[in-house]
Amino acid sequence: MELIVAITIGVLTAAGIYLILRLRAFPVILGLTLFTYATNLFVFATGRLAVGLPPVLNDEAAGYSDPLPQALVLTAIVISFGMTAVLVLISLGAYLEAGSDKVEYTTDDDDMMAKAEQDEKTEGAA
Amino acid sequence: MMAHWLIAPVVVPALVAPMVAYVMRFDIVMQRAASMAASVVMIAIAIGLMVATADGTVHVYRLGDWPAPFGIVLVLDRLAALLILLTTLLGAVVLLHASATGWDRRGRHFHALMLFQVMGISGAFLTGDAFNLFVLFEILLIASYGLTIHAGGRERLKGGLQYVIMNLVGSSLFLIALGTLYATTGTLNIADLAVKVREIPVGEAALVRVAAMLLMIVFAVKAALFPVQFWLPGTYANAPAPVAALFAIMTKVGAYAILRMHTIVFGPDTDAIGSLSQDWLMPAALITIAIGGIGVMGARNLMQMVSFAVLMSTATLMLAISAFTPYAIEAALYYLVHSTFSAALMFLVADLVLSQRRNGGALAASPVMAQNGLLAALFFGAAIAIAGMPPLSGFLGKLYVLDALRDTGYSWLVWTVVLVSSLITIVGLGRAGSTVFWKANDADVVAAEARARAEAEANGPAEPLPDRSASALAIAPSMMLMAALVAVTVFAGPLSRYMQATSAQLFDPVDYIEAVLLNQDDTKDLSSHGDDYGEHGEDDGTEDGAATEGDH
Repeated sequence: MELIVAITIGVLTAAGIYLILRLRAFPVILGLTLFTYATNLFVFATGRLAVGLPPVLNDEAAGYSDPLPQALVLTAIVISFGMTAVLVLISLGAYLEAGSDKVEYTTDDDDMMAKAEQDEKTEGAA
Repeated sequence: MMAHWLIAPVVVPALVAPMVAYVMRFDIVMQRAASMAASVVMIAIAIGLMVATADGTVHVYRLGDWPAPFGIVLVLDRLAALLILLTTLLGAVVLLHASATGWDRRGRHFHALMLFQVMGISGAFLTGDAFNLFVLFEILLIASYGLTIHAGGRERLKGGLQYVIMNLVGSSLFLIALGTLYATTGTLNIADLAVKVREIPVGEAALVRVAAMLLMIVFAVKAALFPVQFWLPGTYANAPAPVAALFAIMTKVGAYAILRMHTIVFGPDTDAIGSLSQDWLMPAALITIAIGGIGVMGARNLMQMVSFAVLMSTATLMLAISAFTPYAIEAALYYLVHSTFSAALMFLVADLVLSQRRNGGALAASPVMAQNGLLAALFFGAAIAIAGMPPLSGFLGKLYVLDALRDTGYSWLVWTVVLVSSLITIVGLGRAGSTVFWKANDADVVAAEARARAEAEANGPAEPLPDRSASALAIAPSMMLMAALVAVTVFAGPLSRYMQATSAQLFDPVDYIEAVLLNQDDTKDLSSHGDDYGEHGEDDGTEDGAATEGDH
């Protein structure tokens, strides 16, 4: 079980980081979502993986599954969900304002230069 | 009595902010009055907290009266009290500026977000639990997301998007670090962590070291250190100026977290960590200082230039912290106060300049401004402060830091980088100042202006130019910050003695640990559990008042 969980976390993290590095709004949002899934799984697993054990103290139980990481991960899920919603709205706003979904900081001058180059190219093609 | 005041810096804004957002949402005057009143109350509380910690006692507030490693605690020591006072003071000044210049009207919910921001920052300074620190970071971040894109606009949204993404990745890293820490130590209470980490033998320290370094990266994102500094110039330069001024304390939250975690928990005296933090922090800070200096020189825009100056100022603070000696931390704390005020002042002055210039923030000649002389004087003062020239506190602060770093073994490198970058910054700021304030009087600019006006008149009856001069109320916040900087300079003696005591408290974590983990007789009894818990909880409820009274 440890192996499966570890591989899952690894694959999710790798895919998430790859998508974040695409620097386009939609892939970045997906990537962040995958990355937070991986994080949540990881936090969940830090209390040791256990099957069929009671989470709360009980005099008869032979062992316990740690309830704290479960509580932590619940908080983390709620927070990451809210943050994703905020991110979607901000990136939508940025897309509508800027007309591009690129995630990089450019100044007006840079944009103008890029536009000028683009115009030159289209003129050349025509 | 002390017991419940401790949580007031978090509770007061948490109560006022929703009222501002919902009850007063259509009445800007009431919003201003309410948030200003809340700020004043919080300053009073912060002063009270500062007095309460002046004798060196560490106050602990146990939420729900649960005993320490299990329940969440808030801990108030000198460092927390100092930073809360700084936050509330800065918050009030920024609020005044935003109200006087009308920034708060250009979008919705400015005041509510501002209060939530202050709440998150104060909470982060107070909390004694690492996971709670994460939660409070998220609160201050989500408020800051709203504030950075306040008033909207293309550039602002693009800068804001980058900032949000950067911080979301940072938050995930924070969780991974906390998970690692919990898996190795079994606790997230800072005082308990301090005990547990010190018990870990060197041979088994690998995971703790990973956690310590991950946490450092997370805090470095907040403090904008190389290689995760690149978001700062884009975000701060495009954020509304009063927000950027408030963010002067945001970078300090990162610095504070490193200061707290990497002295009490991962201090240089722990076998498991050793000098690991120092080895990574110092080069990162040095490179960031260099980037800041070069950025100031290369910026084509006033706000961008100020952002790079702030980057450099924060990095200087981190450099002082990276030595992890009591004297260096003492210098760092003095520089922290100065850096916060001077960075905020720089942004507020830049905002006044921008509101009066015809061609905005571009560093090119533009017609003379309505209050050219006054703004030039303010800019001159702010530039002197942030570059570290005498007579203001920047000079004392930098001298203090350089003196503290004399014995690190790298002093030649540190001194060279700091001094050369300072020189470059002075040149950059000087060039910007002369372009903005003096070039306006150049013959060709004046002639072009006269020609433009003549043309406009020829086309028809000229509209009178709008009067853009700032009111006295809009200038007042900048003057207040200037006065604060002068005060920090004049009272450098008493202030540095306070910082000395604060730093000593950080390097002697025994008080902190004992305050949190010992003396818990009055808290809830965890030894009985299971079915009788419900009854027991009720019993405790009646004793609660007495229990918390006796807590301290």
